[in-house]
Amino acid sequence: MSGLLNQALAEGSIQLHAQASNWKQSLELAGAALEQSHRTTGEYTKAMVAAFEELGPYMVIAPGIALAHARPSDAVLSTGLSLVTLSDPVPFGNVSNDPVSLVIGLAAVDHDSHIDLMAALSELLMDVTKVNMLLQAENVEQVRTLLG
Amino acid sequence: MKIIAVCGMGIGTSVLLKMNAEKVLGMLGIQATVQAADIAKAKVEGPTADIILTTPELVYQLEKMPGKVIAIDHVFDLVEIREKLTAALS
Repeated sequence: MSGLLNQALAEGSIQLHAQASNWKQSLELAGAALEQSHRTTGEYTKAMVAAFEELGPYMVIAPGIALAHARPSDAVLSTGLSLVTLSDPVPFGNVSNDPVSLVIGLAAVDHDSHIDLMAALSELLMDVTKVNMLLQAENVEQVRTLLG
Repeated sequence: MKIIAVCGMGIGTSVLLKMNAEKVLGMLGIQATVQAADIAKAKVEGPTADIILTTPELVYQLEKMPGKVIAIDHVFDLVEIREKLTAALS
């Protein structure tokens, strides 16, 4: 009886109040959480960092929120998410939305099959109150309750 | 009307932009198809699109397209999307 977001966040995919001193470490935390929850291999984390280097900080999609992702590839074992909150906000170099406190890692096996998941994620991230509660969550259970 | 929502990978930001643009278009009562695309697909679909939605960092890669390029700072901000789409359509 859990929603799409909780299903997408497999065991090991949530890390709270993590420490990172720059965008790269922040993306690596989101990547490591995807690896730990068996969504991706280490190659995907490298691809996310490379994508950021190539395309810039556009992954910071809203104030304080980064959506870390790379292209669908063999490095994606299954579609899913990771969620990392940062104890100290990290500047990513995005003029309108820095600094980042919440990093969502996204892995998708193709371009289409995760659309329902993105709709659920969009609904969550549009809700400022919920995002603030997420950032303050002390443990994984609180996060899962919040996600429904 | 044809609109494409573009991001680097075509799975994250562009999908969110597409969904929120569809909400805004629905509110405005405007009939349009919105496709999500990565940069490579945008180069194929872009020349026939009336409007290209993207994020500020990617605008320079899309400037040569005939359609209007709109940069969205905050993909969940329906007010920003509505204002910028309305301005582009008027």
